[in-house]
Amino acid sequence: MKIPYLLSIITWLPLVGALIILFVFKKENARAIKRFATAWFGLVFLVSLALVGYDRAAGGMQFIEDLQWIPIIGARYQMGVDGVAVLLIVLTTLLGIIAALSSWEYIGKREQEYYVLLLLLQAAVVGVFASMDLFLFYLFFEVSLVPMYFLIGIWGGERRLYAAIKFFLYTLVGSVIMLLGVLKMYFLTQDATLTAAITPAVMDNIAGAGTQARVLLDNARAAAGAGGTFNIMFLQALGSALPMGTMQVLLFFAFAIGFAIKVPMWPFHTWLPDAHVEAPTAGSVILAGILLKLGTYGFFRFNLPMFPEAAKDLSYFHIFGATFGVRHVMVTLAIIGIIYGALAAMYFVVIKDGDVKKLVAYSSVSSMGIVMLGLFALNPNGLNGAVLHMINHGIYSAALFLLVGIIYERRHTRKVSEFGGLSHVMPGYATVFLAMTMTAIGLPLLCVFISEFLAMRGAFEAQPWWAAWAALGIILNAGYMLWLYQRMFFGHIDNPKNENLPDMNGREWAYMLPLVALSLWIGIYPTPFIEYIQRPVNAVVRQVRPDYPFQPGTPQTPTTARVER
Amino acid sequence: MLLQANTTALFSVRDLQLIAPELILTLSACVVLVLEVILPRRERKWTAYFSLAGIALAAVSLFLLWQTNRDNLPLDAFYGMVRIDGFGLVFKTIFLLAAALTVAISLRYLDVEGEQRGEYYALILFATVGMMFLACGYDLISLYISLELMALTFYVLVGFTKRDRRSNEAGMKYFLLGAFSSGVLLYGMSLLFGIAGSTNLGDISQSVTSILSGAPLEGALAGGLPLRPMLLLAMIALAAGLFFKIAAVPFHMWAPDAYEGAPTSVTAFLSTGSKAASFALFARIFLEALGGMRADWAPLLGLVAAITIMVGNWAAVTQVNAKRLLAYSSISNAGYLLLGVIAANEYGYIGLVVYLFVYTLMNIGAFGVIISLRRRGLVGDNVDDLTGLGQKAPGMALMMTIFMLSLGGLPLTGGFIGKWFLFGGLLQRAADPADGKDWYLWLAIWAILNTVVSFFYYVRFIRVMYLGDGVADARPLSLSPALRAALVVAVVGVIVIGVYPQPFIKLAQTLVSSLSDAASGAFALR
Repeated sequence: MKIPYLLSIITWLPLVGALIILFVFKKENARAIKRFATAWFGLVFLVSLALVGYDRAAGGMQFIEDLQWIPIIGARYQMGVDGVAVLLIVLTTLLGIIAALSSWEYIGKREQEYYVLLLLLQAAVVGVFASMDLFLFYLFFEVSLVPMYFLIGIWGGERRLYAAIKFFLYTLVGSVIMLLGVLKMYFLTQDATLTAAITPAVMDNIAGAGTQARVLLDNARAAAGAGGTFNIMFLQALGSALPMGTMQVLLFFAFAIGFAIKVPMWPFHTWLPDAHVEAPTAGSVILAGILLKLGTYGFFRFNLPMFPEAAKDLSYFHIFGATFGVRHVMVTLAIIGIIYGALAAMYFVVIKDGDVKKLVAYSSVSSMGIVMLGLFALNPNGLNGAVLHMINHGIYSAALFLLVGIIYERRHTRKVSEFGGLSHVMPGYATVFLAMTMTAIGLPLLCVFISEFLAMRGAFEAQPWWAAWAALGIILNAGYMLWLYQRMFFGHIDNPKNENLPDMNGREWAYMLPLVALSLWIGIYPTPFIEYIQRPVNAVVRQVRPDYPFQPGTPQTPTTARVER
Repeated sequence: MLLQANTTALFSVRDLQLIAPELILTLSACVVLVLEVILPRRERKWTAYFSLAGIALAAVSLFLLWQTNRDNLPLDAFYGMVRIDGFGLVFKTIFLLAAALTVAISLRYLDVEGEQRGEYYALILFATVGMMFLACGYDLISLYISLELMALTFYVLVGFTKRDRRSNEAGMKYFLLGAFSSGVLLYGMSLLFGIAGSTNLGDISQSVTSILSGAPLEGALAGGLPLRPMLLLAMIALAAGLFFKIAAVPFHMWAPDAYEGAPTSVTAFLSTGSKAASFALFARIFLEALGGMRADWAPLLGLVAAITIMVGNWAAVTQVNAKRLLAYSSISNAGYLLLGVIAANEYGYIGLVVYLFVYTLMNIGAFGVIISLRRRGLVGDNVDDLTGLGQKAPGMALMMTIFMLSLGGLPLTGGFIGKWFLFGGLLQRAADPADGKDWYLWLAIWAILNTVVSFFYYVRFIRVMYLGDGVADARPLSLSPALRAALVVAVVGVIVIGVYPQPFIKLAQTLVSSLSDAASGAFALR
């Protein structure tokens, strides 16, 4: 069954829900509001499941929508997703339900505004993943800051005002610089010589086998001649024709800074721990699960395919006699992020008043480093691993933040030193926490193992030393997670406040179990997930490295459906 | 010219038709002055409604003027003193909009202040007439007279609440510095007249081009001194005078004091209408008369814009008083608007007019919200006075949020579209094969990084409205219907331009095309 305008429906449905809550419900009726909001998130999730029908064998962009919007600047309302975006959107809608469900007790004031903002945030984030037009993408990308600012600022912890404005301004710095890049790319599409230099092979590779995507891409090419276009597929195609040089490197970094702050890559990560510690649980879940992926998704969607020469460059910079390239910069930052994040997280287990949430936040920095390393391995294994790790990180870091939230609701503290021997009073909680700890450290049969393995293998293929450094980070990772688990759950209950803690209730089980199940599913049988991302990933690899030796048997993008012009 | 005047009638009916909107406004202002005397004290509010009707009538006649002449623009009138072109028309629209919104938000403010007088509205109308002539003046004389008409009325308006010492002080400061800057401007104009031998902008433009090209001069100018240094001096004097009018650094000092002391409704008008008019003058002189010496003035303007943007934004960060904060924000916005003049291509012009239009809406809207807080005994000028507005008046707080995000330039608001074109113009200029230079690119980067600073203080309004748990003043707001209507118009405008700007950009593009021909480096926007 084909639902017309499916992506628009998924994007705007949360907005409709927000308006209903705003105008139909009374402010005092918090009970009804949270039930309705959760049900609405459920509805959006169910609708988004229709995306699972993405044709995995064809690859490329699908579910395409194309409407006139602002012709004078070439912006169109274009939506479309590839397999990567499909998974991320479904993850977003799933985490939406979970975030709403986890907020029932936690949020004790101004519920109406809270759920409205949560829905708005989801609309913005899904919009980012679904946009096929760079202008539209940028709109969603930047607007998504506003609801998150309020979520942290109103329902956050002690230093919420500081954390909220820091989050807002930090990410804004990146996106305004990206705005200049967006403008410049648009002006470049007006350049007839560049457009003419795009080869048919590049066009075939980007469009994939879907006829719809092909038509869209050809239209965009025609539009580029008549005043410029923001079509993302065409911008990618244009990237292959862009000559390597200062211009391309500047553009690469204009986009890269915007996304790197969002990821966050070391050294742009300092907003993250503050934002996480102060945000309410659901805010952290969305932040770690989804918002960080906007950054890595941006690298996957824009930086790699749009600036292939810069992305694989190994010799652009000559400083102090040393020669290194853009790729070296990115990989180095990724590796520093992996190790730094892990060490920082370990620090919060060791010190006296270490905060569990801060620990999880820093472990996110480490994890996102692995994603970045996988991306800049620039081979199918690395990219597959990176993309899958985005999903997995969304699952396990969301789960860890939820678990922290559960204990915080009971004890109103998150200090590691306050706990000990919790497994005696909260066995169910201890079990779920164990499952998630094991996921985080990459135990086989759990999801992170697959993605970390793939990313590391990709990195190893690219340069064994990169993988070696990353492995160090992963070992540290295992160290602090196990240490944390030991300190919180084993031993005797030496704090009397912990003696009568209730175990998880039905609602809490309801939102934890899907995450555990997903972790197991991806860990045991990742093939369906890999199938979604494989073709888009191969297309990106081929775009960046047209001469990459794909092994026989690797699914190639079939070109049979190419439209004759 | 005198000969012409003797042979034909002094002016024709057609000339009068071309300035019909201004005539209507002038008449309305006179009637308002009479009404003020006739009407009993309690009925004085009718002067305001009458002024609104006058503005509406002027808007209709402006529209008709455009409709009937749209294909044969530009039109000259009064022997070249006045030129009706698309550029002038779009600015006139901005002035009428600003005037209407100002009158609407003034009603309640003057009630609270106990200064409900007809003269106020008459002065607003006269100022608007001055602005409109500024936008269509094509001669140094007519431009200077209209500038003075606008400036003089503003000196009075700024000091209008005569029982308020701050208002008096502000009026005095504004008058002294304003008079000084007018003198500097006039000096520049006289130099220009001396060089070019004419006060007509078109003639000046031709002389400037020929002086720069080094061709031998004819007539009165033949065999004289080398004129290029004189030309530079004239340009600098003109720039200094205009920098003062638009409140650009280093001539911005008057703005915070004048904005803070003036009645809030006047501040709103001063920061939008007067600024837009000064930019109209700026564009006329620099793009039309001095268009040929772009290579000389672009670096000067670029430097001033860079400093203005920085000073305005960083100084606003520490302000406590909302009006003073918005004064600094208005300084920084002058810097952003200068980017359009610097770029001097079609993207830049569109950015200039679209951003001025949106700026009028969002700034008057923001001042309107501040006015709504005011009542007897509460000044309501501080940022903290908005505390808890999100609880007390959600609609009001939402509108203020939208105005603030738009001032910062968040997508989906009109401010974003304006900045998009301003920065786009600059990038295009940087890549221009003829005279593209790297500093345009760095200026763009510098300017856009400073918008992040601006978000810091715009978001402060949002923070106090929503993020605090307390409420500064629990008593409900008392809004007048006119104020409410003005705010709704402003917010709808900001959102519509942000979400679907196509018709606005299209119109702006058609209207500013007259400038593109005049200035060098016209870029075809396809």
